[in-house]
Amino acid sequence: MNALKTFNRYLLWFANEHVDFRLAEIQAILELYKIKAKWLEKPSPKPYWLVELPNENDAIQIASRSVTMRYIIELWGGATSMEDLHTELKSMPESKILQYCEEHLSFKVKVECYGNSQTAAEKVEKIDTFNYLPLKGKVKLKNPDVTFNLIEYWGMEPNNLPSKPYNVFFGRLIAHGQRDLITELSLKTRKFIGNTSMNSQLSLIMANQAKVQPGDLVFDPFVGSGSLLVAAAYYGAYVLGSDIDYLMLHGKTKQSRKQTRDKPRVDESIFENMKQYKCQNRYVDVVVADAALPPWRSSLVLDAIITDMPYGIRESAETIGSTKIQDGKHVVPENEIHIPSKIEYDFSKMLEDLFKFSLTHLKVGGRLVTWLPVLLCDYDPNELPMHRCLNLVSNCEQKLSTFTSRRLLTYEKIKEPELHEVGAFTVSYGAAFREKFYRHAQKLQKERAENRHNNREIVLSLSEP
Amino acid sequence: MKLLTHNMLSSKCLKGVVTGYPLTIIAKDVKVSEVDFNQEFVSRVLPKLDWNVLWKAAERLGHVGELPQTLIENYENDPEFLKKVHHVLLEVEVINGELVCPETGRKFPITSGIPNMLLNDDEV
Repeated sequence: MNALKTFNRYLLWFANEHVDFRLAEIQAILELYKIKAKWLEKPSPKPYWLVELPNENDAIQIASRSVTMRYIIELWGGATSMEDLHTELKSMPESKILQYCEEHLSFKVKVECYGNSQTAAEKVEKIDTFNYLPLKGKVKLKNPDVTFNLIEYWGMEPNNLPSKPYNVFFGRLIAHGQRDLITELSLKTRKFIGNTSMNSQLSLIMANQAKVQPGDLVFDPFVGSGSLLVAAAYYGAYVLGSDIDYLMLHGKTKQSRKQTRDKPRVDESIFENMKQYKCQNRYVDVVVADAALPPWRSSLVLDAIITDMPYGIRESAETIGSTKIQDGKHVVPENEIHIPSKIEYDFSKMLEDLFKFSLTHLKVGGRLVTWLPVLLCDYDPNELPMHRCLNLVSNCEQKLSTFTSRRLLTYEKIKEPELHEVGAFTVSYGAAFREKFYRHAQKLQKERAENRHNNREIVLSLSEP
Repeated sequence: MKLLTHNMLSSKCLKGVVTGYPLTIIAKDVKVSEVDFNQEFVSRVLPKLDWNVLWKAAERLGHVGELPQTLIENYENDPEFLKKVHHVLLEVEVINGELVCPETGRKFPITSGIPNMLLNDDEV
């Protein structure tokens, strides 16, 4: 056991994407598998994190779920210069490394260079400096038995390069993260998608944040084309959804892909998506329902709620209602097929309904994962929906434009609310979000037009003889 | 609509309806398809269900089989029993039909396997 003790340092190597989501994702995975991790450096926007884990299996479990992480390596050495790294590796007791150096084990060394570039020749040169390692096996570049990683970290400012890397690391590859799943579940090849389907990467991150486990019951009250349920079902959850859009759930909206217009539409439904990814056994149902008036019985218990609400910008936000009221009463003609009319569903009301629903139906320990649209000039974290029974676990930002972003909020239900608490709960965030958004967009447009006009006048005045 | 979903649906969204549960199923087409059995899921979801409602719904559709009218004890370790529950929960599906509110008689249609629980604009 002692021999293993010195090998419990690991390096997590991240993809340079969705940096703000890393910590929330990894932490959720650590909790999911009850892994005790000790950070050797505080997690930062750097592409690597150093961590102590009880054993190799923990590293494998993290990699089995993470989509923000590229791979995890067992750290053999880490230093601020190449010389120190070599000294550290040379001082390692052979007994600990020989098991990976045996003759029958093929190997390769991968050189990662962050923040700088390198040529193939330079790579080989760097690899050659490790020739003191007692590697007896054959070099094999494709699927070797053992992969070693040499990582150079040149900092986060490519325009201000140091003369040598800030940090160098060497270690043995334990496992790759789930980056391949992003392509496997890609919207590009999915049978049924809508205007605002969530991409596979963010859907997977959301399922991780929700700590989805095999056998869970997961619900999306704004299911749309079911993109969030795909990720949840892929991780083993049984999935249930509802949406106010009858045509969407029946696959009768605009076709998923323009080029197939002349062909009849087949296979376009959430169930067909599940079938495509071999998750059809975990598809429960989708129901046409208004999120403002959920039809579920009070005792329904859910393991997680994962959703992306329509904000009324790219997708209309609707609830059943009518603006046509005659004599104080709204009358629907009888004895004919009537399609219920819909009115705008204000975002704050939508959030409030979602929270009330989550307070009622989530199990204790269950999570609500949802997106919040943000006008950067108008964002106040103190305005976020808060309830003593729902603990805000993480809040990750994805920038969308110069003046907007969206935030992925993860709440965990920590106890059952009293009945009166649910009814009395209110949300102020996002009131009239749609109006504010368009007002702001218009203002920006006007400012830009004025700037253009002013610039033109300056140019004209300069060019005058 | 699977019977698992039926077990969780109500018509309490209707004005004046207190529980709206259970909804009566009027089935026009019923389909039985094969779904992989997952013992863990079935034994986890069972305590969340209303057994009586499930049994009656299965009987109404003619698929109750050998399912006992009262839930047996220690079902966690009884895969044969759980398989029967799995069958009625996930394999029996109402494709076309109606769900009827027990308090008002309001009917909710089921088309292509998808229940439509939307209210009319004069009902909200």
